[in-house]
Amino acid sequence: MSSPQDTSGQAYWKANIRLVSIHLVAWAFVSYFCGIILRPVFSGIAVGGADLGFWFAQQGAMLVFIVQIFIYAAQMNKLDREFDVHED
Amino acid sequence: MDLQTLTYIVVGFTFALYIGIAIWAKASSTGEFYAAGRGVHPVANGMATAADWMSAASFISMAGLIAFKGYDASIFLMGWTGGYVLLAMLLAPYLRKFGKFTVPEFIGDRYYSQTARIVAVICLIVASITYVIGQMKGIGVAFSRFLETEFETGLFTGMAIVFIYAVLGGMKGITYTQIAQYCVLIFAYTVPAIFISLNLTGNPIPQLGLWGSLEDGTPLLQKLDATLVELGFAQYTAQKGGTLNMVLYTFSLMIGTAGLPHVIIRFFTVPKVRDARASAGWALVFIGILYTTAPAVGSMAFYNLAKTVQPGPVAAADGALQYEARPQWFKNWETTGLLKFEDMNNDGRIQYRKGGDNELKVDRDIMVLANPEIAKLPNWVIALVAAGGLAAALSTAAGLLLAISTAISHDLLKGIFMPSISEKNELLAARLAMAGAIMVAGYLGLNPPGFAAQVVALAFGLAASSIFPALMMGIFNKNINNTGAVVGMLAGLDSTLLYIFWFKGWFFIPGTAMAANTTANHFLGIAPEAFGAVGAMINFASAIIVSKMTAPPPEHIQHLVEDIRVPKVSGSATDH
Repeated sequence: MSSPQDTSGQAYWKANIRLVSIHLVAWAFVSYFCGIILRPVFSGIAVGGADLGFWFAQQGAMLVFIVQIFIYAAQMNKLDREFDVHED
Repeated sequence: MDLQTLTYIVVGFTFALYIGIAIWAKASSTGEFYAAGRGVHPVANGMATAADWMSAASFISMAGLIAFKGYDASIFLMGWTGGYVLLAMLLAPYLRKFGKFTVPEFIGDRYYSQTARIVAVICLIVASITYVIGQMKGIGVAFSRFLETEFETGLFTGMAIVFIYAVLGGMKGITYTQIAQYCVLIFAYTVPAIFISLNLTGNPIPQLGLWGSLEDGTPLLQKLDATLVELGFAQYTAQKGGTLNMVLYTFSLMIGTAGLPHVIIRFFTVPKVRDARASAGWALVFIGILYTTAPAVGSMAFYNLAKTVQPGPVAAADGALQYEARPQWFKNWETTGLLKFEDMNNDGRIQYRKGGDNELKVDRDIMVLANPEIAKLPNWVIALVAAGGLAAALSTAAGLLLAISTAISHDLLKGIFMPSISEKNELLAARLAMAGAIMVAGYLGLNPPGFAAQVVALAFGLAASSIFPALMMGIFNKNINNTGAVVGMLAGLDSTLLYIFWFKGWFFIPGTAMAANTTANHFLGIAPEAFGAVGAMINFASAIIVSKMTAPPPEHIQHLVEDIRVPKVSGSATDH
């Protein structure tokens, strides 16, 4: 169970988990925190007739979601090549 | 040309297009019927996923929901989009690598348990059937409103169209029609939105217009807040519900979205693991175009409506609109019953207020349906909205029906009852299952059970509390064994069902609720629709504890998990 290939597989998985964890923190931060829980804290920051928390909840969080999926996909493509597990 | 004829032409043209695609994309193998031959480009799959995901309710009702709930409707905007981040990072690439055809198949293989597979099939069928009833109703409603046919005629026409392309083409036919349907629905949704935003804020991009200002320089949202307060409503931008409930509700919708089988199987159609990741991003781009337009449509249409019926100050006797002076679109939508006026104080004016002296009943669907008329757009745009609503309902119905029919032909028949069935016969069984599923869905659309309105909570609750945790643990935790998975799924499912039934009646039978469905009665203020998140936690916890107490999964299962975690075995390893 400890051939070089296994340790490389484990390292690849660890690197993936690290990326996923960072992205999920960002995902939760923009939606649950900026959009809901922390909205009263940001209430002083005006965004076009409403406040920053309202903007995150109705638009900002969705935009961040889109961007972060593409960033993750690019990071994983790079990781796949580094660990020589890419498909083409 | 009158509107009626024009609508028939536009809708007829789109239907001819879908049938043309069906003939071109006929499936000739189970691989094509179940997964479109795994040859769909990631961008194309993203578009098909967006149409698959955005239902009649997203198209027709969501903007109205946002209009009436204001800030609190953010749970739907974030909840129904945030799930794609989870799909991209936690599920789609690994399930694509696994390389099979259905969601229960993964659960059955990973947990080496037919019981687990059957539990997953039951969850899938209940969630998908309840969901498809709404689509069938949506098709009937769209027909009867725009084409003035009987509800039944509309429903049968819709069933016939789905029958042709879903039975012939399976996933292959559905994929390419969904792409066409996405184009129709997004065009129909954004064109009126652009004009309404331009009229109101001078900005043609609704996503920017939402934060823009009206002609007098006041920001739209401020003016809307003020207008609503004057009419006695709560501020649009104010939070009305509890914070814990909002967070859990959003979380339930996110993991429910990620766990819905008809969405997951779309990612089985792309060629590679890396395509599955990118495709989730494209899906969210295409969904995001509609979902970021919806809050603009909701707020602007609501403002337009409020200003139309209340042009002057509330305090003034002549502030409200005279009924005789109402605009033409108001009259048109009165005939459909979406607007109802009752002159309670007999002053001939429309008092739109919060509370007992309100004289105008507004159906939330009007925020989308009446938009082109309010913005004085030409008739072809109105005809387009009809075609768009139908495209949204048809595309989602087809995706759900495919999930149901593959669960029957592939999981139950091939997987459990007739493992030796030939591919040709399995393909035939898949087509028959599809035909049967369409019949059942049509029947339920015509005779909706009393609980039809509650089903969204049920579908998301099931997906969130049973399917999502089982899939995620199957990939991320090698130690979960067969017993743990089954106990976890059942615990998550039962706790969620119990909580929903407690407040909504056992099996939704009226009068059997154990407590009134009010915030004061809810446990920590958590609404039944938000409980899927708690059910998921119960699933995770019980699966982990039970797995620790029982035998670990056999070695070949551990290898299976290691195998799905990497896109391809590394180059050096394939040499020997």
